[in-house]
Amino acid sequence: LALKLNVLKRGQLAALSIAAVVIIVGVPLWWRTTETYRAWLPVNQINELANLQLQLSADVEVVFARGTVTPEQQKKVPLTQTQDEEHTVDEDTALRYRYETKYRTATIMEEDALNQPTAAEADLSLHTLSESPCGSLVVYVIPESSTLLPEDVDVYIGQRRTALLRIGAQMRVGRTLEQLLAHLEPRIKQVLQVMSFSHTDITAALSDRVRLSPGNKESIADSMRAFKSSPGYEITFSLLNPDPKSHRVHWDIEGAVQTYIQPLLTKLAPLANFSIDSQTLYYAMLGVNPRYDSSRSAYTLNSDSLAHVINPVEARLGSNAASSNPVLNFLLYVPDAHHSPLHIHDHKKQEVLSNAFHSPRWGGIMVYNVNGFYGPEAVFPVDININMAKVMGVFLAQLRLLLGVQSSAPPPGFLVAPCSSTGLADWELDRLMWSRTVENVATATTTITSLAQLLDQIGNIVINDNIAQQVSSAVTSLQLAVAELEAGNLGFALQYSKEAILASERAFFDPSLLHLLYFPDDQKFAIYIPLFLPMCVPILLSLLKIVSEARQKRRERQAKKD
Amino acid sequence: FDTSAPETVDPSSVPQPKDDFQEELVIRPLHSGDIYASFQFRTVWETDFMRGNKVSHYRLFPKSLGQVISKFSVRELHISFTQGYWRTMQWGQPFQPSPPGAELWVWFQDSAECKVYAAGCVDGTWKELTNVLSGIFCASLNFIDSTNTVQPSASFKPLGIGNETDHRFLRYATLPREIVCTENLTPWKKLLPCGSKAGLAVLLKSEKLFHSSFHSQAVHIRPVCQDWQCKTTSWELRQTLNVVFDLHNSAQGKREWSLFKMFSRTLTEACPLASSSKIYIDITDNPQGEQFEVSPATPLLSQAVVLGDRRTFSVYDLTQQITFGTVRSLNLLIRWKSSEGDMLRPLLHAERYVAGYGLQTGEIHTLMYNNHPYRSFPVLLLDSVPWYLRLYIHTLTVTSKGKDNKPSYIHYQPSKDRLRPHLLEMLVQLPPNSVTEVTVQFERALLKWTEYTPDPNHGFYVGSSVISSLVPSIVAMDTNSTRERPLFSSFFPCKEESSYFVRVYTEPLLVNLPTPDFSMPYNVICLTCTVVAVGYGSLYNLLTRSFQIEEPSPGLAKRIANIIRKMRGVPPL
Repeated sequence: LALKLNVLKRGQLAALSIAAVVIIVGVPLWWRTTETYRAWLPVNQINELANLQLQLSADVEVVFARGTVTPEQQKKVPLTQTQDEEHTVDEDTALRYRYETKYRTATIMEEDALNQPTAAEADLSLHTLSESPCGSLVVYVIPESSTLLPEDVDVYIGQRRTALLRIGAQMRVGRTLEQLLAHLEPRIKQVLQVMSFSHTDITAALSDRVRLSPGNKESIADSMRAFKSSPGYEITFSLLNPDPKSHRVHWDIEGAVQTYIQPLLTKLAPLANFSIDSQTLYYAMLGVNPRYDSSRSAYTLNSDSLAHVINPVEARLGSNAASSNPVLNFLLYVPDAHHSPLHIHDHKKQEVLSNAFHSPRWGGIMVYNVNGFYGPEAVFPVDININMAKVMGVFLAQLRLLLGVQSSAPPPGFLVAPCSSTGLADWELDRLMWSRTVENVATATTTITSLAQLLDQIGNIVINDNIAQQVSSAVTSLQLAVAELEAGNLGFALQYSKEAILASERAFFDPSLLHLLYFPDDQKFAIYIPLFLPMCVPILLSLLKIVSEARQKRRERQAKKD
Repeated sequence: FDTSAPETVDPSSVPQPKDDFQEELVIRPLHSGDIYASFQFRTVWETDFMRGNKVSHYRLFPKSLGQVISKFSVRELHISFTQGYWRTMQWGQPFQPSPPGAELWVWFQDSAECKVYAAGCVDGTWKELTNVLSGIFCASLNFIDSTNTVQPSASFKPLGIGNETDHRFLRYATLPREIVCTENLTPWKKLLPCGSKAGLAVLLKSEKLFHSSFHSQAVHIRPVCQDWQCKTTSWELRQTLNVVFDLHNSAQGKREWSLFKMFSRTLTEACPLASSSKIYIDITDNPQGEQFEVSPATPLLSQAVVLGDRRTFSVYDLTQQITFGTVRSLNLLIRWKSSEGDMLRPLLHAERYVAGYGLQTGEIHTLMYNNHPYRSFPVLLLDSVPWYLRLYIHTLTVTSKGKDNKPSYIHYQPSKDRLRPHLLEMLVQLPPNSVTEVTVQFERALLKWTEYTPDPNHGFYVGSSVISSLVPSIVAMDTNSTRERPLFSSFFPCKEESSYFVRVYTEPLLVNLPTPDFSMPYNVICLTCTVVAVGYGSLYNLLTRSFQIEEPSPGLAKRIANIIRKMRGVPPL
């Protein structure tokens, strides 16, 4: 009997040790060999970024010209004020604007500059005195009696980063400095909203992160018009000549680009890389048949039908073979001899003066009528030289809109200096840089957080080292961008935000993420079952048996004790 | 505000455009009764894509191709898509030869950034370029990778100017399996300045073009000389489309054709942008009109030396309004009178086939025919064989007229599994009036199961061999490449008067590889698992069960006896 018990015990031991080997060696081995490689990602930092606290700091220098402060006030004047303004956009996005205002009195040279006869000249000579860095502003407070500004104008916004502000009539000399500053403060804020950033701009730039509450139609249309921020843009000018038999059209696009477009793009160079090309397309038709309006003896295109114009033309335009940047299309359409003149009508059935329209995030189309030339004696084909100044004026305006350089109408009492030859004032560039930086940061954070979420949800995705590296570099650049925004270094912030967006997109669209994505679990187990089932069943059964035997033995022992 | 006040100028002050477009259609009635139509569209642009500044303004030259040239620093690009096989023996030489499927060969610029690590840099560019071209032409060119790309050392010389012959900058690949259809024709037509709206291109309707015996469309880009001294260079884009219509069958034996019958369109105008727009009809075999009759008749005749032969053509100039007659539409018509006449046998042609049986080894035979009665000439043979046919290069034999014919130059690059194909190039002298046979044995490799194509039992294609040669010419060739002459005769540059360049493609091969049963992996998994489970089960039983000797139970008779004994009160047995 002892022998029999011994043998039974040996069998139990063997079953237990096999089970132990399977659990200790087999399972980890299977786990290790079928594991997908997942490199380490900075998940904590990504989660921090998911909760975005952006702080935008703008430096303002307020300079008091002679006659605006009393001598005893003057002594107190060199002082600095900081103002914070907090906004919560949604549960995980918060904005804080910090305005650092420095007050000082004007130097003698600045006084001289302010004594120039006109505001434009004063602006120019003030600019030569000192160059303020990107993202900062200088506001000169001038006395009420100053003749620099016309009667009804209180604020003059220059071409650079300076503004002239006329002190209000009720602010006579003799008030305290505190009262003066309290009077100035809302007006300086107004200047800031025009010249650097306003809350509406910044929330529009955040549209990638935050679902905006449906506001009025106008503002949505405004925010949808401009192209999304991108590290590069391709600008294509196309001359559409549907009737080469009647018109031999020549355009000096090379010269026109040099004269009109290139200065603007040079100015915008810190924002993105631009490349320009042009082409001529023959027999390219618009998608709609224009209607003949006998009262005007002209063909008309209604504003409703404009939406259908683009599609057939687009098939001919061709995509850019050499890059994947967004393309801005500008089409110049010369209507064929049988359908000219052609006029675009707006909603009120009025002729559009520029005879052009633009399509949001796509480009612009201009109709260029040439019927004025051929009279009864004309011989076809007619040679036509296109007036590039007229065409480029329209395209330049459209380009500004599509790139997001939109100047919302200034508040009453403001006078904005006319555009210089570059087509863009310094403060307009600053404005664009503020919103583009915020937009880049918002886009990059959403990309990175959704990538992290995706990787977290789908365990099958392989994460290679290069993806992990891209993600970490994106996170680092994002942190740097946020920090630079906080410090008020706009140029660096934009640079880092661009790097962040590039790295995050590269990581998100990496093809290696897709390799094992479609390897469903049920198919995997269909392959495992022929091995697992016959192996596990005896182990499980013998374990069950051992357990039940042990239980019985204990019961017997208890019965014996009783 | 007046929007309709165009600034017009007298034509003399308009800047002379630096680009020029020509179109041309050649029709050649073939002896087999088929019709060979060859379209040529040529855009020449005096510009420099390799210039530093990136701004480019396109007029007639298509923007997409221009961007490809400047981005990938391409010096020469030749791409062709062909459906069907050109039957040299029945049809003679084509104006532009092309192998079945897709063919792409590109010379890259010796650019500054690619100087140091030439090979790797060019390889990367080549990969990107094939992907971009596959997007432009809607073709599977993205399947071109290192396993089907070779760098021929001698067979593909630049056709344009430039004496760079370092073959590290050359890449050549074919996809013999590529099917060519409408989706490739549409982007090709889009590259033409007039699209398919005017000029000869209105004839290109896909439902007729692909209902033919042979269809080939190609794009060739190369730098060319503007003048005889080559002081200025320009870029030439040549789009060609060759098609052979099998009218014999479709016309129920009646030998008569017209433009309308072939293309279901007639011509009404030339492309207004073209500086020349002409139709040529080859009437060399029909000098007195005894074979066929062409209507409307044209007084214009032209002679051109093409493929070593002087041919006569009737010319229809579409830029002249008189060509279209009173009906304002041109519908050329040819009516055969007799079907006699012999075709001169082409001087050079070639065939190829696979011999052998079983799925282990085989032999590739390439036959090259020199039909010249008394002249021998050298040919360059290029063979690019995929790695899964392992060539035994020691079995390579070249024989002509029963004798060993030793090649004077052999360039062989062995394959690397899954990395690169075999490349075999050799220079062979073909004796007059002879057949030269090149044989080489191979072994079929076993592929990994994921490497098989979706229909592996169809077989695997091996691209055509390419035979390039300078064939002795009957008439003196014109060596001035800049002289005005028909486009079809000016494709291959001519260096000497006594010979002309010919490229001949053989048939692609279809080879069967040993093909497994594709449910095999799962079967193997199941079988191994069963074996493992059976082995494991018995082992497990051996280890865990305890064995004991059981007393054999007493038999039935003994039990009954014991019961009786019990009843009797006697002790049991």
